[in-house]
Amino acid sequence: MLRKRLSHSTAVAAIAAAAFVLTGPAPATAEDDVIVIGSITTLEGPFATGGQDAYRAMEMAFEEIDYTIAGKRIEWIRESSDAQADVALARARKLIEQDDVDIIIGPLSGAEGIALRDYSRTLEGKTIVNGSSGAADTTLRDPSPNFFRFNTEGTQWTAGLGNYVYDELGVDHVALVAADYAFPYAQVMGFMLEYCAAGGAVTKLWSPLNTTDFGSIIANIPEDAGAIVLIQGGTDALAFLTQYAETGGDRPIIGGSITADQTLLSARGPHQRLMEGMVAAGPIADLNDDPMWIEWVEAYRERFPDGFDSPSIHAFNYYTNTKAVLLALEEVDGDLSDNQAAFQEALANVEFQNPMGANVRLDHNRQAISDIFLTRVVNDGGTMRTEAFGTTEGVTQSMGMDEEEFLALGSPSRDNPDCPPGS
Amino acid sequence: MPMLSRLQWAISLAVLALLLALPFLLPSFWTGNIMGRAIVYGIVAMSLTFLASYGGFISLAQTMIAGIAGYTVAVLAPTAIPLGNHWLPYWALIPLAVAAATFAGAVVGLIAVRTREIYLLMITLALAVGFSLFAQSNIDWFNGYEGIRNILGPDIFGYPFRNLYVFYYSSLLVATALYFLVLYVVKTPFGLVLQGIRDNPRRVSAIGFNVGVHRVASFALAGFIAGWGGVLITFYNIGITPGSIGIWATVNVLVMAVIGGLGHPIGAFIGALVYTLFDTFAATIYDRDRFNTLIGLVFLVIVLVSPDGLLGLFRRLTGWRTGRSVATETMEEKT
Amino acid sequence: MSLQYALTVTLNGLTLAALYFIVASGFSLIFGLMRTVNMAHGSLYLIGAYVGFAVFDPLYMNDATYSYAWYIAILAGIAAAAIVGIVMQVAFLGWMQGQELRQALVTIGISIIVADQLLANFGGSPFQFFAPDILFGPMEIPFVGRYSTFRVFQIGVAVAVGVGLWLLLNKTRLGIMVRAGVDDRQMLAACGINVPLIAVFVFGLGAALAGFGGVIGATAQPTQLGIDVKFLLTSLVVVIVGGMGSIPGTAIGAILIGVTEQWGQALLPTYSVILTFVIMVAVLAVRPQGIMGRPD
Repeated sequence: MLRKRLSHSTAVAAIAAAAFVLTGPAPATAEDDVIVIGSITTLEGPFATGGQDAYRAMEMAFEEIDYTIAGKRIEWIRESSDAQADVALARARKLIEQDDVDIIIGPLSGAEGIALRDYSRTLEGKTIVNGSSGAADTTLRDPSPNFFRFNTEGTQWTAGLGNYVYDELGVDHVALVAADYAFPYAQVMGFMLEYCAAGGAVTKLWSPLNTTDFGSIIANIPEDAGAIVLIQGGTDALAFLTQYAETGGDRPIIGGSITADQTLLSARGPHQRLMEGMVAAGPIADLNDDPMWIEWVEAYRERFPDGFDSPSIHAFNYYTNTKAVLLALEEVDGDLSDNQAAFQEALANVEFQNPMGANVRLDHNRQAISDIFLTRVVNDGGTMRTEAFGTTEGVTQSMGMDEEEFLALGSPSRDNPDCPPGS
Repeated sequence: MPMLSRLQWAISLAVLALLLALPFLLPSFWTGNIMGRAIVYGIVAMSLTFLASYGGFISLAQTMIAGIAGYTVAVLAPTAIPLGNHWLPYWALIPLAVAAATFAGAVVGLIAVRTREIYLLMITLALAVGFSLFAQSNIDWFNGYEGIRNILGPDIFGYPFRNLYVFYYSSLLVATALYFLVLYVVKTPFGLVLQGIRDNPRRVSAIGFNVGVHRVASFALAGFIAGWGGVLITFYNIGITPGSIGIWATVNVLVMAVIGGLGHPIGAFIGALVYTLFDTFAATIYDRDRFNTLIGLVFLVIVLVSPDGLLGLFRRLTGWRTGRSVATETMEEKT
Repeated sequence: MSLQYALTVTLNGLTLAALYFIVASGFSLIFGLMRTVNMAHGSLYLIGAYVGFAVFDPLYMNDATYSYAWYIAILAGIAAAAIVGIVMQVAFLGWMQGQELRQALVTIGISIIVADQLLANFGGSPFQFFAPDILFGPMEIPFVGRYSTFRVFQIGVAVAVGVGLWLLLNKTRLGIMVRAGVDDRQMLAACGINVPLIAVFVFGLGAALAGFGGVIGATAQPTQLGIDVKFLLTSLVVVIVGGMGSIPGTAIGAILIGVTEQWGQALLPTYSVILTFVIMVAVLAVRPQGIMGRPD
């Protein structure tokens, strides 16, 4: 009995402490001459390197304007998640409700993006601008009026690839090795819309996310497939390429947008033999002749000597989205009154060039329309880099189709679209 | 034996009154996202504490069971994105989800009932991770890695569930009811037999009680508790993803229960509150990047210094030691 | 389905099982003697892989040392994991011997900290060892065709580990003491044997096997944070299925799980992850102590 009573007094003490000691510090009060921007990226867990790079790029964007817009100071509050939707949501709530930020820039991964899109719908007078998340549905289906995305997404990123493989490489049957979840589905759809229409056939081999042993998948690759389309990221891609190289595989590899990323290019291993010459498509390439890109990469390297050799896709996306916010703020002289009506209006209409030199504007769902590049992995003096060699201009979220018609195709899935050999 | 003494009733009611008044004393963020969040996760942690304290086993499957309730709500919710082929109104859905969790709890109990305590820890961890991997790889029901979003919860008296006060008071009501349910159950003959089994299964069996049935029933009750937590957590997070029930979510609930103290159900809520405070303000008080090192150290120190958590620590610091606590016994008993 | 395909998938399962056996045998050994459920076993695997790679990378880059870099990495990985394991046993687990749940909780705490510290010190990028030239590339196997040499080598390593453990436990004085300890710890202590010292040795050996598995595993597959959970989980399932503390049981469990995983992936890709757990539940229903385990 005594024990029980004491437990209760502990509870009282704990709650009292929480109530009276920890109520401070008071939230940052909304002074008139301060614009508070919160951000969320992934600094915990395996994706932390991408998140760190994202914050480097945001820092560059703020430093370019010396943290000042129309005489107002920009205060930047950084938060971090571990790439889980629940955690991103908890951080967003803290930024909005406790820190009283005006704008959130983030998050990094797809499921987090969808969670914040739903949260943004419940907000009034606050704006969430995407960081680097690339799930198609975040803006395509059930979009939120307070959620803006100035980077292109998974489906858009494969524009041009299907036609290239069929027409230029002359391959009419590919084996598709892809991770079994929504992001690869979107990438596969972007690729197959073009490739199947051109007359190609696709044998699909799905693997669960985080597969590290591809032995059985490799054994399933059909004899007559002329190339492998690999829509995998990080460790999964590395595992597949290494094991394929080890069994002596020699088909050309076509990559998804996250296949040929910095972590894979800089990782040393047997996969490098297969990666050289790998063709992929995406919003970014390490080597690009555009003067804006050259200048931006130089500025990045100078500012962050301990950063990546070339900025990652996350740095690029966070920078593009931050840049859009700053341009729109400039447009309205930092005026966020009237529930941010003028600011959101300016944001919806901002048009600018991202660091790749590609034009960026938004569609009516507040989703970016921009250019996509065909890239090739080259050995640049001992370092593996991606090089842009073709551009598809002004790629829309419906891949150039009429939006109604595109939506009628249904959500991309394991079976949609489909064009198996012999059909 | 009465459930609580008169003094305990008085203290409990005082705490409850304070909790009821909190939304008027605290900024809204504190009500919803510190206290509210601590309460809903505390419910799941309490299901673990209940099993540990009165049953003598540590089950790592409680987050998974909460997840089964959460996914049941999400798959059949009328507002879900993506919307399933069938949906039910929330008033029917919530009892269904809790029933599913109760059933899942009983199934875990059946799987685990014949094994020793330490095996149970491993089996439940394996089940928990297995289920989250399954949810991640299953597109047809669970929408895979992206999970099911926009689970808004029911309207109550015309107010949306996500209204701060509706959320806070509903969660408080559920948590209080479940808390007193646990305190009541352990005083019933069933609860006493359960504690008897914990201390000496052979003797209880010799008296003529069926040990297996009692254990399975205690798992079902823990599943019932975790199910309510899972439903509320899913509403709080406006949806559910495999990450909500993955290895880290599982470990976090264990951390809450152990930090608070496995000796008494109130420990779960204390632990959940401490964890939530750390989680929210780690960026301010310490390097956010190394949050896991911080929480890991706190956890390790608690286990090393005070296996019965903050409750036990408080008891010792104030000199009120009433013999070995249940949790310490549970941990030290078997060799 | 062709015979070649069936054989390839089965061989894939066996080579995966070999890796699982190396890692899980250490887990089983520790549990067998001390009844300690080491939830940090996956962390020891990662420590072996990361420390091994930190030693390997500069050596491999240097023309003079690249040919033996991998062998040095194995020694470094084994040593690092063994040292951490011994420190864990001496500093934390030894003095709470017998408090099983508390020990398990301590190792959970350690695994949280280790994972975060590895991220802080080594970053989050995936990495992979280059196998020595003699083990890299394809080889011809009758009825199967071209097959990865390193994967076949894995089977050889696992057999060597299994035989080594058998000899150690059955043919040495130390092994006899360990087995006596498994059967009756108190009696062994009463015979004047320094049981805590044997416990430190066994924990070091179990940890060393995890570290060894880490380097072998990181040569076969790329390694990244998060894989510690996978290998902890695999070790748990393998020893639950095979029977706690039994080395032959661990081998049977590893083969069962490895082959199922590969066949599952080949036939039912979506549901392959749960097949493993179905096997676990089925075994528990029929034999709660595992296939080769002895009832308590």
